[in-house]
Amino acid sequence: MRRSTLGVLLASLVSLSAAGLAGARAPQSANSAPTAGEAAQTPQTASPSSSTTDQRLDALEQQAKQAQTSGDNAWMLTSSALVLLMTGPGLALFYGGLVRRKNALATMMQSFTLMALITVLWALFGYSLCFHSGNSFLGSLGYFGLHGVGAAPDPDYAATIPQQSFMMFQLMFAIITPALITGAFAERMKFSALVVFMFLWSIIVYDPMAHMVWGKRGFLNATLGGRFPTLDFAGGTVVHVSSGVSALVTALYLGKRLGFPKTPMPPHSVVLSFIGACLLWVGWFGFNAGSALAAGSLASSAFVATHFGAAAAAIGWAGAEWLRNGKASVLGAISGAVAGLVAITPASGFVGPMSALFIGLAAGVVCYLMVARVKGKLGYDDSLDAFGVHGIGGSLGAILTGVFASSAVNAVYKNSQGKALPVGLIDGHAGQVLNQLLAVGISWALSIVGTLIILKIVDLVIGLRVPEADEVEGLDVSQHGEEAYNFEA
Amino acid sequence: MNFEVESAMKKIEAVVQPSRLDAVKEALVEVGVSGMTISEVRGHGRQKGHTEVYRGNEYTVDMLPKIKFEVVLPEAQVDAALEAILRSAKTGKIGDGKIFVSNVEDAIRIRNLDRGDKAI
Repeated sequence: MRRSTLGVLLASLVSLSAAGLAGARAPQSANSAPTAGEAAQTPQTASPSSSTTDQRLDALEQQAKQAQTSGDNAWMLTSSALVLLMTGPGLALFYGGLVRRKNALATMMQSFTLMALITVLWALFGYSLCFHSGNSFLGSLGYFGLHGVGAAPDPDYAATIPQQSFMMFQLMFAIITPALITGAFAERMKFSALVVFMFLWSIIVYDPMAHMVWGKRGFLNATLGGRFPTLDFAGGTVVHVSSGVSALVTALYLGKRLGFPKTPMPPHSVVLSFIGACLLWVGWFGFNAGSALAAGSLASSAFVATHFGAAAAAIGWAGAEWLRNGKASVLGAISGAVAGLVAITPASGFVGPMSALFIGLAAGVVCYLMVARVKGKLGYDDSLDAFGVHGIGGSLGAILTGVFASSAVNAVYKNSQGKALPVGLIDGHAGQVLNQLLAVGISWALSIVGTLIILKIVDLVIGLRVPEADEVEGLDVSQHGEEAYNFEA
Repeated sequence: MNFEVESAMKKIEAVVQPSRLDAVKEALVEVGVSGMTISEVRGHGRQKGHTEVYRGNEYTVDMLPKIKFEVVLPEAQVDAALEAILRSAKTGKIGDGKIFVSNVEDAIRIRNLDRGDKAI
């Protein structure tokens, strides 16, 4: 091969890799490289004597794109599986261990039901309402029945992976978000009411929130033309604030458990909760690093931030307990880790490792205080601290994202010449914090109003809470006809 | 009707520390006690419990795990059994437990309907 041809080939390879990496860095920006959909075609293998340099370069380009897609798609499929693992069995075990033995199965059933229910709704219209362009607040039904969602990427969302992969990844988020709410009304919600509630909540609260932050033309979308660009890498507002605040509303509406707070209701198995929490930690790498929607350096950066946030928060909560009670508890340590993961979620793809440590530490201490001190004083029964951890942790994380987001980590804002602009407060862009506050406020408002309406409807039609006798007997037997543990069998 | 005059039967109930289970069992077997019922129970006398904290909620646990032995034997064997239990169950600390002795009206072996002394 002549030297000039070799030089052209090398230059193509280098520029293609650079284009691919740049595409991976901005979470939802259009990729300047040609779409990977063409990579599905078989590269041409023309005979050496008649092939032109151009044909061979075309073939090489396609192979490079195919390699990029393979790497990105492998990571995205893995991430999707990791996020599903967070719900089942991660959250199921975490929550299941925290309730009394007589309600263990019912609690786990709530998470599992969502794995099935949300999937079907997503396939029919959920994905469309979130990610079809529609208007600023909700997608339209253009993707009803996943019409048009196939192997070809959607370059606005993720240019190097099939849209099916993007759809699946997002589905796992749609599943776990409502599952988080179940912690607030644990041990007293009718199963039938839960099913109807979740059906409505996914449409009325989750889909608009997801569309506003992540969907095309979404009101708060940072990169696809949002009116108030909000930085929410993996779902601080969409997932944690919405579920946490909705959780508080349901806890207040349904009222306290019988016997609360005098009757002791300690967790029936901190061991199960421990296992669940560790699965959540590991799964969260899919949740946050997968939100890079590619397998490049941004995924690595988010991976690091996620892990550091969890670690610092575990120390924060356990340390605060140690100081206050003289002992650091296992439940405190794992709760702290979860709180840190919640707080770092919106920040994960925008902040550096040291910022992540700080965000984690703050979340661990703040959520500890919220759960162990403030909640008791206010007197409401948020049984498994869905609001204390997700509502407060998510709000805190979303706001701190505006503080610590840095263009050095993720140049998500660019001017017309492609030059990186300041992102967060530490870059000099204080206005970002205001946008974050707005997004948090919108999430609070939508969650409160939407959830109240749904609760009222469901309560009127079928009733939300189990009868007293059923609550005393336990939901496992009364709702599902099962006992969690039959050790004598 | 059968009015046999037999020696009286006594029941010994002994609530002991779980850590003394094996020692007490062996001691009873050594003095010739052939049958016993062992159950896991909870309770307390003057022994204080402990506090557990879950996410800021404090619970006082004063139902402490204990082991209960129930033995029914002829009156003649009671002293030896009591001595065996006292010797093996004692640690010297509060929470060692208590022994209760009561009368038993009748005893029946289910397999062959033996009654009274023959049944124990």
